[in-house]
Amino acid sequence: MAETTHTEFTPNTAPEGEVTDLGDLDEKARLGAPSGAIDRSAAIDGFTEQGESLSAQNAGSEQLGLKKHSHGNAPVVPEASRGERRRSFDLADFPTLTGLEEDWRFTPLKRLRGLHTEELNGSAPSIEVTGAGNVTVETVGRGDARLGASATPEDRVSAAAWHTFTEATVITIPKETVADGEVMVSVTGTHAEAAAQHILITAEAFSKAVVVIDHHGSATLAQNVEIVVGDGADLTVVSVQEWDDDAVHVSSQQAKIGRDARYKHVVVSLGGDLVRLTPSSIFTAPGAEVEMYGLYFADAGQHLEQRLLVDHAVPNCKSRVTYKGALQGAGAHTVWVGDVLIRKAAEGTDTYETNRNLILTDGARADSVPNLEIETGLIEGAGHASATGRFDDEHLFYLMARGIPEVTARRLVVRGFLNEVIQQIKVPSLEERLSESVERELAAGNL
Amino acid sequence: MSTLEIKDLHVSIDTEQGNVPILKGVTLTINTGETHAIMGPNGSGKSTLASTIAGHPRYKVDGGTITLDGEDVLSMSVDERARAGLFLAMQYPVEVPGVTMTNFLRTAKTALDGEAPSLRHWTKDVKTAMAQLRIDADFAQRNVNEGFSGGEKKRVEILQLELFRPRFAILDETDSGLDVDALKVVSEGVNREHSKGEMGTLLITHYTRILRYIKPDFVHVFVAGRIAEQGGPELADQLEAEGYDRFTAQTPVEA
Ligand SMILES: Nc1ncnc2c1ncn2[C@@H]1O[C@H](COP(=O)(O)OP(=O)(O)OP(=O)(O)O)[C@@H](O)[C@H]1O
Ligand SMILES: [Mg+2]
Repeated sequence: MAETTHTEFTPNTAPEGEVTDLGDLDEKARLGAPSGAIDRSAAIDGFTEQGESLSAQNAGSEQLGLKKHSHGNAPVVPEASRGERRRSFDLADFPTLTGLEEDWRFTPLKRLRGLHTEELNGSAPSIEVTGAGNVTVETVGRGDARLGASATPEDRVSAAAWHTFTEATVITIPKETVADGEVMVSVTGTHAEAAAQHILITAEAFSKAVVVIDHHGSATLAQNVEIVVGDGADLTVVSVQEWDDDAVHVSSQQAKIGRDARYKHVVVSLGGDLVRLTPSSIFTAPGAEVEMYGLYFADAGQHLEQRLLVDHAVPNCKSRVTYKGALQGAGAHTVWVGDVLIRKAAEGTDTYETNRNLILTDGARADSVPNLEIETGLIEGAGHASATGRFDDEHLFYLMARGIPEVTARRLVVRGFLNEVIQQIKVPSLEERLSESVERELAAGNL
Repeated sequence: MSTLEIKDLHVSIDTEQGNVPILKGVTLTINTGETHAIMGPNGSGKSTLASTIAGHPRYKVDGGTITLDGEDVLSMSVDERARAGLFLAMQYPVEVPGVTMTNFLRTAKTALDGEAPSLRHWTKDVKTAMAQLRIDADFAQRNVNEGFSGGEKKRVEILQLELFRPRFAILDETDSGLDVDALKVVSEGVNREHSKGEMGTLLITHYTRILRYIKPDFVHVFVAGRIAEQGGPELADQLEAEGYDRFTAQTPVEA
């Protein structure tokens, strides 16, 4: 049986005494404050921690234990700390990609259709904003002073997009305004040439809104979504990727979080040949809370990658990250990298991140890399869990032995698994649509 | 009345060391209303028999037949067998990620009956059955078998037996891992269903203690993939007193 899961686990630069039990596979990988804020949640059966599959039938094909990742023969360029990654508006600051960079090592560059090498001067997907009501929507030139004020590119494609875009869509929820309804940003691609796009979403102080960025059609798109969550604001941003089969989409979605703000970010990646999202939440003042959810369903040949960053740079903020992925079909590949940074000043931080993957067929591969860096011991709690499980013959047998046909059995499992994330969207019409999309994905896999 | 008939069944499994024969000619007939106990030492092939009846893909049938009222069970898929009325309470029920008990039970019932159960009655039936088996109400919202103790898993198997109402129930060591109280509760569940007179029962067990609660009509001693001896309930008492030694001694141990 081919290798189906792979997980690397990187205990990073935590001060001595704060790394607990990293070598113990029976425990959830867990880094915690010495205060004893260690919580050991029960493991889900059918899942094993850190990417190993439970099924006895798969024994031997799985890689047990914590290990260093190797990817081809060439060494990956190491990074001392996630916090030291280069950030710049200048494309020249990012060398040409080789695929050996820490943050590109899982991405098949050949399939980027030139996003990392070419001028991004194709026509960008069209944007139509509806449901705005009391929300301001503008199209502005690249010279607008608000653009780039809150987010700085962290990789070459993001810098290239910044370098090239000509006009940006700016959505502003005015101060103390509760948006009338969901703001739907419909992004429709019609061209295959590499293009750049910039979107700025600002939730001003004490405003409240749900903004859905809904990607479909065909495109080769480098995109920056810049998000500002003002003091006391409550913003939900949902990014849905239901692209056509050939689309390539690389999107940086950086959010700057103000004092006592609430921010929820939801990623739903279903369609496209290669989708690579890098959502970040950067705390800039105390008292804020962030939830980041993700749902991805990769079928044969699809590459769906999500690399997120939660940057706890200030005291007393809270973050929760939950990403769930399902994979089916030969060559389905998903990548989840969850970087959580608790900087020296970030006392009182409370953070937990989880990634779970469900492999439905042979030949699919889920990479899952949680990475927690802790520079202060004075925190409420910090932990992470990563588990990749296989829906195996024993699960199927159990359900079928109760009269449930195979197709229904698989649906039952996947729906149950992914529902947790869909339920977080809280836009009923969208939840319904996405549930249906998931069903379609399942059906398309001939399961 | 229904009949489940097993004739000269030969079953093997493929292992890394090659093909290993496990069942070597099993013949057994169960009618509605009857309770047959199969007793035998560890590794004698009891679970293999149970899993083969249910259609587990790991077991290869090399010869013999299984029929349900004359219908060829071996040609049915796993779910078809269940819909035909066969139910296996498993020795080691698996935990199914992502599926709540409620959702699972309703989906299974719908598949078995060919139509969704009336919601009002169904909810009540589930609640009542859970209460009788002393299963906490909050289990309904938990994922199937996830984090359940060994005893809880067994109770949930019997819960399904009572809700799905099969024509033939095969209980694979449902008694093992149960304390006395749980054993009673579970046995009562089986007896409740059996007393309706519409079910035949194949009770696989290693120990005689469950036979104090569930009275078998026939006892079969299973050794090395065959039925070595059969008789009435008195055979169980004899086994309790003498153990399996007499039978295992008769059968040369295979390497
Ligand atoms: N998947 C398997 N791989 C290898 N050997 C197996 C497998 N399943 C069963 N066997 C072997 O087949 C034989 C019969 O096993 P089976 O589980 O049917 O016995 P059993 O009578 O149910 O035992 P127990 O009382 O321990 O439940 C044993 O020797 C067992 O090791
Ligand atoms: Mg057994």
